[in-house]
Amino acid sequence: MIEVQGLTKEYGRFRAVDDLSFRVAPGEVLGFLGPNGAGKTTTMRIVAGFLPATSGRVQVAGFDVETQAVAAKRHIGYLPEGAPSYPEMTPRSFLDFIAEARGIAPSARRKRLDDVIQLLHLDRVLDQSIDTLSKGYRRRVGLAQAIVHDPDVLILDEPTDGLDPNQKHEVRELIGRMAKSKIIVISTHLLEEVEAVCNRAIIIARGKILADDTPRGLEARSRFYNAVSLKLANPDLLDSARKAINQLPEVAATELDEKLGRITAFPAPGKLPLAPINALAERQQWPLAELHLESGRLDEVFRTITGGATA
Amino acid sequence: MSGVAAVFKRELASYFATPIAYVFIVIFLVLAGVFTFFYGGFYETGQADLSAFFYWHPWLYLFLVPALSMRLWAEERKSGSIELLMTLPLETWQAVAGKYLAAWAFTAISVALTFPIWITVNYLGDPDNGVIIAAYFGSILMAGGFLAVGACISATTKNQVIAFILSVVACFVLLAPGLGVVQQVLGGIAPQWLVDGLASLGFQEHFDYISKGVIDLRDLVYFALLIGAALYANTIVLEMKKAD
Repeated sequence: MIEVQGLTKEYGRFRAVDDLSFRVAPGEVLGFLGPNGAGKTTTMRIVAGFLPATSGRVQVAGFDVETQAVAAKRHIGYLPEGAPSYPEMTPRSFLDFIAEARGIAPSARRKRLDDVIQLLHLDRVLDQSIDTLSKGYRRRVGLAQAIVHDPDVLILDEPTDGLDPNQKHEVRELIGRMAKSKIIVISTHLLEEVEAVCNRAIIIARGKILADDTPRGLEARSRFYNAVSLKLANPDLLDSARKAINQLPEVAATELDEKLGRITAFPAPGKLPLAPINALAERQQWPLAELHLESGRLDEVFRTITGGATA
Repeated sequence: MSGVAAVFKRELASYFATPIAYVFIVIFLVLAGVFTFFYGGFYETGQADLSAFFYWHPWLYLFLVPALSMRLWAEERKSGSIELLMTLPLETWQAVAGKYLAAWAFTAISVALTFPIWITVNYLGDPDNGVIIAAYFGSILMAGGFLAVGACISATTKNQVIAFILSVVACFVLLAPGLGVVQQVLGGIAPQWLVDGLASLGFQEHFDYISKGVIDLRDLVYFALLIGAALYANTIVLEMKKAD
């Protein structure tokens, strides 16, 4: 369990985190979203016990991260922003150091390291110094370091930053596999990542929580949610089709993208316009080239909620 | 304690994983030799002791120890690995002690590698080896003092050059009260008790006693207090200022 209450962090007169409160329960994969400078990294650093809060309280696994710092840190696996490590070390010696510093008994260490190395496919680079590794490998070494002690709570600051699509996919799968038994908090500004791995998302900007919902719940806030778009084989019919669709009671408004020749019909509150539009198209015998149901667009919700906020 | 041991091992290994260790050791040995034979007049004095060798150690340390200590924390800050280190389940003092002890152990290794000169003096004459052992001990102790001050200064910045320069200045301030020149100048303007008091705050006087084979509790307490205070300050600096 992570419990954050009234967390505030000030740098001089700048308030980076402003009275933040939330809890995360086991099994939750929380995506921390926000524009750059929103306070994501600061919040994660405080939860991980790196920075002290100006005011407020953070508990991890029942331990206060400030007054019972060492006990709290035992339960946390943390990947700092940019996955820092010791460049002159090899992944093997680095992970060995982390395991020892985390108090994993020497007898259990070998097995744990082997597991983690296998999980993150590090075997090929084990004895190469970290500064010669690619960005993707360095990130994976950082992830390995975060999970080597099998923590209850994983805090990952932009875990897939700098990875290629295959590696991103792998890391997301890994997060998905670990999700059942752990609390995972990841920060990202990749919205597809939230859809792919998170079951809860918090959007913050200027240090405040603006939304706290499931990714689906956030999508439902999009005006594209349940919207229908269609294309006609004969573009001359577009205008009349648009007018006809506008008449439907299930449709609140339509938009016409002239370049693509696509009509998008937005639903009236609580209505599903797909079936009526489909029926209309059949009645009118429109030469449909495309007809599909839109899902919500997270990026649009994100922009609306954060109001283009940048700090 | 296992936390201290883990940090200690990692640090010590990292000296030898980079050229730092070899560059430092070579330069230290060359300079120690040059000072002893050219400026110390090791042969000319015709005495079977190592006073010409140990005499220069404070001056060697003045520049070489800050070169070693400057990276201790500044590098961690610069690379961001401090965030990793400080989120491991360690008390801050454990990290401070582990890093410091590793740097000190490395310095001790470097000093120990001057052993050929000890063999030389035993070959040429019949020195008092007890005095030499005491002097080695005092020298390493003094290096530990310089290192602790340098470690504390390194924790205040992410810039290694700044850490180096400030450490040299701080170490010079600790060395200066024991110098004859400084004592003469001060003697002209300040009462004798003040000059003596200042001298007893500096490194030189305590090192001189030990290197003559006089191991006095006061000198040991002096270095222990100095190292303890500097490392305590180092811990506080880190607690107060973890990021940047």
